[in-house]
Amino acid sequence: MSGDWPYRLREHRGTLLAFAAFMVMFAIYAANHPAGLNANVATTAANKGVLLAIVAMAQTLVVLTSGIDLSVGMVMVLANCLASGIVVGSPLMTALGVAGVLLTGCVCGAINGLIVIYGRLQPIVTTIATGSVYYGLALALRRVPGGDINAGLADALTGQLPGGVPASLALLLALVLIVWLPWRRAAIGRAAYALGSSETAAYMSGVPIRRAQFVAYMLAGLLASVAGLFVTCITYSGEASAANGSTYTLYSIAAVVLGGVSLFGGSGSAVGAIFGALMFRTIGDLLFVFNLDPLWQPLFQGVVLAAAVCLGSVRLLQVRNRLELYG
Amino acid sequence: MGRPSGAEANTLTALRSRIDPAIAAAFGCIVLLLLLGSLYSSSFLSPQYLLQQLKVASFLGVIATGAMIVILLGQIDLSVPWVVAVGGMMATAATGWGPLGQALAIPVGVACGVALGLVSGFGVAFLRLPSMIVTLAVNAIAQGLMVVHTGGFSPQDSSSPAMRFIATGHSLFGIPNALLVWAAVGGAAVFLLTRTTFGRTVYAIGNRERAAYLSGARTRGVVMAAFAIAGGLSAFGGVLLAGYASKAAQAMGDPYLLPAIAAVVLGGTAILGGRGSYLGTVAGVILITLLQSILSVMQMEEFGRHVIYGVVIIAMLLVYGRGRRHSD
Repeated sequence: MSGDWPYRLREHRGTLLAFAAFMVMFAIYAANHPAGLNANVATTAANKGVLLAIVAMAQTLVVLTSGIDLSVGMVMVLANCLASGIVVGSPLMTALGVAGVLLTGCVCGAINGLIVIYGRLQPIVTTIATGSVYYGLALALRRVPGGDINAGLADALTGQLPGGVPASLALLLALVLIVWLPWRRAAIGRAAYALGSSETAAYMSGVPIRRAQFVAYMLAGLLASVAGLFVTCITYSGEASAANGSTYTLYSIAAVVLGGVSLFGGSGSAVGAIFGALMFRTIGDLLFVFNLDPLWQPLFQGVVLAAAVCLGSVRLLQVRNRLELYG
Repeated sequence: MGRPSGAEANTLTALRSRIDPAIAAAFGCIVLLLLLGSLYSSSFLSPQYLLQQLKVASFLGVIATGAMIVILLGQIDLSVPWVVAVGGMMATAATGWGPLGQALAIPVGVACGVALGLVSGFGVAFLRLPSMIVTLAVNAIAQGLMVVHTGGFSPQDSSSPAMRFIATGHSLFGIPNALLVWAAVGGAAVFLLTRTTFGRTVYAIGNRERAAYLSGARTRGVVMAAFAIAGGLSAFGGVLLAGYASKAAQAMGDPYLLPAIAAVVLGGTAILGGRGSYLGTVAGVILITLLQSILSVMQMEEFGRHVIYGVVIIAMLLVYGRGRRHSD
């Protein structure tokens, strides 16, 4: 079965491109960092990158079904506020608290999924509205920023493993191994890809599209709550910040696109989205190492995002019949 | 067929098919909200309160008009927040350039929005990129430009007298000028959408772009123009908001993205494009504004406002905005 490598290569082209682009950017970043690439620099960079990467993974699962989840950022904020209240105390209490946070994320995702599937509303509007509800709940939990988190857990997740490897990268790897790969290989994950490629064809072939959609939304909620837990570990507090929520939602879409996942659904992978997220974060940090005025950072980030997005139009050069453009 | 009762039934059916159930439901909800409000306080039915609400609604109305045209194409404009801010901030910056700038403040603000809209439109129409990500990138660029602009040049941020006049002034019979502006924008939008080739093409593209292209419609030009109009209207909304608050600020557009989309969708416009009428958007805008106003008058805490806002939107859409089943 070694003759099918061109197809495999094509399937993973987006992921590989994102990986290559990230490596180039990170090499430039590391080579020019004033302090050099030591373990502390790497840990700080990894923590910021992993946070966005987790949210981007959540977004990927839904985007693959040709949906979109505009509430991921708000679920993250809700999980952050909840974690700052219940992930404290003895190890047992902390473990229960973590379970509670993850369960809340699952419930939020499941609600999105149920409304989209059985309410037959468009994902974009549904998640805008549920995002507002989740934000309201977060605000009810934390009217003013505050709270705390079990310091042992926080240090373990945001610190370094023996050997100077950032622990957050291990968390990310664990999420890929525990959530992404099993889902991708299971029938339910394949069903999600089929649904994203062509809903009608998937329905006609008897693919369990409803279950696939439900699981995708629920796992997205779960991953978003992991991100919220991670925010709490970084900041040691909870804050119901609408700006944070919407920023992460929007950045997750950018990361997904940079990672080669098609917004029309059915193609791409969460691994690509992870590298897209890391790349997006590195873009922001590049300015810092080149000592540019921080004033220019948002503009630079916007222009790089636009340029990366425009790369997606390279396919226009391969179009032989103009009708192919109007799918 | 000749029986009178049959003819009557026919007229009734014709009448019923003319009234979009979504729009009727939206107006019904407006009445319901007003009645609920009047139970709480009788001032909800006073003309002053209603006019004040309509005035506040006009800002959202202008922005939602642009959002609607883009949604009718089957696209979405996520660049609303910073295009609104660009409109307001560039208009106030122009005011600081001297008498000529003061006179040109409003056109300058709108022109900047049109320019940003053209960039989005180019990406969607010619580069064939998903509008969601193109407008996101344009939003980021607009934000970057405004950060550099305010940080590097420290422009004036208070609005010109003309901007204040159209946003806060009153004309004859005490009708707020902002409402007249919205009426003018709305009238133009209705004309554009129902009486011109452009409008027909917008609906056609929203239904099936391929078919529109094969029918000889200039789809790419129309898409680009639609985004330019949306950008211009968002920026105009920003100009009005800057006039209303008498100054422009960086985050002024943030609270308008989601309400604008929600208003359009609550008004019965299909989010996938091709279907919807401006009357519905008017109803959606008024509905959203009233809902926000009543929740704040009832001194609902902020968290409750967010929750109720989301639940009401979902509930209303479940009542009349549902998609089709697979088996249909």
